Amino acid sequence: MNFPILSSLILLPIVGALFLFFTKDKEGNNLTAKYVALFTTVVNFLISIYLWISFDQSTSSFQFVEDRTWIEGFINYKVGVDGISILFIILTTFITPLCIISVNNSVKNRLRDFLIAILIMESFMIGVFCALDLVVFYLFFEAGLIPMFLIIGIWGGSRRVYSAFKFFLYTLLGSVLMLVAIISIYWITGTTDVVQLYEIGIDVKYQNLLWLAFFSSFAVKTPMWPVHTWLPDAHVEAPTAGSVLLAAILLKMAGYGFIRFSLGLFPVASEVFTPLIYTLSVIAIIFTSLIALMQEDMKKLIAYSSVAHMGFVTLGIFTLQQQGIEGSIIQMISHGLVSAALFLTVGVVYDRMHSRLISTYGGLVSVIPKYSILFMLFALASLGLPGTSGFIGEFLILMGAFKDNFLVAVIASIGVILGAAYILWLYKRVVFGKLINEDLKKMLDLNRSEYFILSSLAAPILFFGFYPDPLINTIEVSVTDLINTHNTNIASK
Amino acid sequence: MENLNLILPEIFISLSIMFLLILGVFKNDSSKITFNLSLFAILITTIITINETYAATRETLFNESVVIDNMSSLMKIITLIGGFLVLVISSTYLKTFKIYNIEYPVLILSSILGMMVMISSNDLIVFYMGLELQSLALYVLATYNRDELKSSEAGLKYFVLSALSSGLLLYGCSLVYGFSGSTNFDIISNQLNSEEYFLTFGIVFILVGLAFKISAVPFHMWAPDVYEGSPTTVTLFFTIVPKVAALTVFIRFLYVPFLNLIDQWQMIIVFLSIASMVFGAVAAIGQTNIKRLVAYSSIGHIGYTLAGLATASNEGIQSSIIYISIYVLMNLALFSCLLMLRRKDQYYEDIDDLSGLSKNHPLLSLCLLLILFSLAGIPPLAGFFAKFYVFKAVLEQSMYFLAIVGLLSTVIAAFYYLRIIKIMYFDKEKDKYDTDHSLWLKFSLSFSTILILFYFIFPSQLIEVVSRINII
Repeated sequence: MNFPILSSLILLPIVGALFLFFTKDKEGNNLTAKYVALFTTVVNFLISIYLWISFDQSTSSFQFVEDRTWIEGFINYKVGVDGISILFIILTTFITPLCIISVNNSVKNRLRDFLIAILIMESFMIGVFCALDLVVFYLFFEAGLIPMFLIIGIWGGSRRVYSAFKFFLYTLLGSVLMLVAIISIYWITGTTDVVQLYEIGIDVKYQNLLWLAFFSSFAVKTPMWPVHTWLPDAHVEAPTAGSVLLAAILLKMAGYGFIRFSLGLFPVASEVFTPLIYTLSVIAIIFTSLIALMQEDMKKLIAYSSVAHMGFVTLGIFTLQQQGIEGSIIQMISHGLVSAALFLTVGVVYDRMHSRLISTYGGLVSVIPKYSILFMLFALASLGLPGTSGFIGEFLILMGAFKDNFLVAVIASIGVILGAAYILWLYKRVVFGKLINEDLKKMLDLNRSEYFILSSLAAPILFFGFYPDPLINTIEVSVTDLINTHNTNIASK
Repeated sequence: MENLNLILPEIFISLSIMFLLILGVFKNDSSKITFNLSLFAILITTIITINETYAATRETLFNESVVIDNMSSLMKIITLIGGFLVLVISSTYLKTFKIYNIEYPVLILSSILGMMVMISSNDLIVFYMGLELQSLALYVLATYNRDELKSSEAGLKYFVLSALSSGLLLYGCSLVYGFSGSTNFDIISNQLNSEEYFLTFGIVFILVGLAFKISAVPFHMWAPDVYEGSPTTVTLFFTIVPKVAALTVFIRFLYVPFLNLIDQWQMIIVFLSIASMVFGAVAAIGQTNIKRLVAYSSIGHIGYTLAGLATASNEGIQSSIIYISIYVLMNLALFSCLLMLRRKDQYYEDIDDLSGLSKNHPLLSLCLLLILFSLAGIPPLAGFFAKFYVFKAVLEQSMYFLAIVGLLSTVIAAFYYLRIIKIMYFDKEKDKYDTDHSLWLKFSLSFSTILILFYFIFPSQLIEVVSRINII
């Protein structure tokens, strides 16, 4: 047995959290706690990079698999990665240290507890992406609610209680049906091991209902229209680091779940329900883009843009084309980087002015130029300008969509224009225009840590925009294999 | 000659009760020594139970009216450990209210004795005797703080309603006897004729009586008032120990004499289960007193336990037993927290008293947080696994409606648990509480919280113990 690298990825943040738990909590800026958390997450990031380097891109089978008996004769603790999940793990380990650096200004009280929550969150999120057993997946998927509930509730804004409850209850309601489905799968097939389930397959007559049960959970988490309403609330009230985690990683759990479980386990049902997904995705793209246009609050605008972007993701996944699915995965990674960056840019001005209203700002370009340049980069990446990672994802998704359904692709393309409209308008109103608000003149430009965070997000956005090969190479074989298995399954049924 | 070793635990505990009574009468200021001796007695009884009966295969005594098997010994052990822990953490509370008397441990011991008789019973009369012994002790315990108006009210209410339900139960027993010709469970099961209408009536009456004892909806009305009025430690006792015993009797009733009549009772159990789950979840939302809230939450939890029973399978029974064991653990932990809310000899039991607890008592509120999430059934805590096993068993029988309603009611229930967490973590802090708790209280809280938190690492152990219980 090799070194259990995935388990150590999952456990390391918990060890860090335990360590923090036993240190004394200091008021104010608790540097020790921050360094401990930062150290843990950076080490985790390095481990995940090592994972990526030693990952064999030429095979679609699961690697670094660990399989241990957990509940006798029922559930095995099984983890492993393939081309699809490894990128999400790296995204998680990459974003978390940035979150921890960013807590400087936004979290005033109980810093140590906040860091503990973030570390535990990281461990659960990594667990979700490498679980190869449905029950293990469910455990991690649900357990993440606890730290996130606390992050929103304790360190959030004025309506934090409402948002935290809404977040918790919505997602819990979505997931309980998935639990029913998971147990039913166990009784139908006799196993909850994903790899075995891929081989055995699930009887067609059960697939539709099971698919819907999984869908109810993933749709809430994605979030898809019309169950997206928890997201803007949660985003607006969460502290910056919480919003970043939520947008960059939590939402990706559902997209990942759609690919791994909905497509992988229920091929026939996925075909059946493709129109449903198309409809909801297109509505999400157009409708929430229009809503985003109307927002006065910057965070809310970005939250709605997340819903629209996730609409592209679900659309791409269910095109069931090579390009579509690859595009979705890249779009998720890219959106993870971009939305994290956008929330952090909003966080930067919020820390200085304590207002998220667009009308407070205007003419920032002459006061804080460095900030404005980075903000522009992220805005352009969000609308999918060629040369940024956002473009690759959206382009591939639309290509896949055109192959599959012309009408849907055309409507989705309109969404791209709307996406450009709201984000550019936001940028124009915040950064350009006349400097009316006198207070803005006293604003300081990015300090070193903010500069570091934002540029380390900008680097991969640009890099993968020009050279997406590392991403595509990693996922290519797995996605091809997924499509092939899917097609043979459909053909045989 | 009967093998009396098998009922040695009962014999020992009855002798201890008599001895303690005599000691209490003849020795002045004997409350402390009675307390310690009764703890000792429970401990020894537990050891005897483990030694004498744990490994035993199914054996019967006294014309098959008493049965010793895996289930009875496991449930007795749970009962005894529960009773021990309740007794051990009550002393500070009782001293505060100046009711630290010899009667308290003696009453608890006698109700435990009653429960042990119930658990082992294989005969309607033996069962009824055990039930009455435990009930009578519980009536007195409910009014134990007799200078409190609420406590007396609780005891009276409990007495009147419980007597009514005992009456129904007895009526049901007599009907069953009349139509089967015997009071012995095994004989009844052979004599049953499912054509007989009145037999169904008998079963329904018995089920009503038992449902009352475990406070399943719609026979739950007494629970909130009694739980609120009784002294907190007695409430703790009410919420855990009698339920274990009543559940065992429930299992034995349904699955030994009446297994063949499953069509008649399965719907009733499903109804009780669904009603309890939904009602427990909905009614708890508006509560402001923690003890009342616990009452409703325990009604909900009983609903989940019954869901396992409704499946008519060994897996279902085992999952119910796992559920009740984890439930006992969680309630013990919850009440340990509640008993720590003490400031200058006064106990606080309103939800608002928890306000901002996390700032003054971070460790206590962290424990309470974990316990509440566990009660809500959020993974990876023990409470999740309890629900998971139950629904696994329920879905094996393809009872989708029951499973979906149950899981949806966990979402509703999550709301009121979250509300407490919200008050603890998001609200403004109040004055600090005292921190000079007894060692036992700290022990029981940390012990149970650690078990709840780390249950997921070794979930197989409990399953292994329970999987030896095969009733059908």
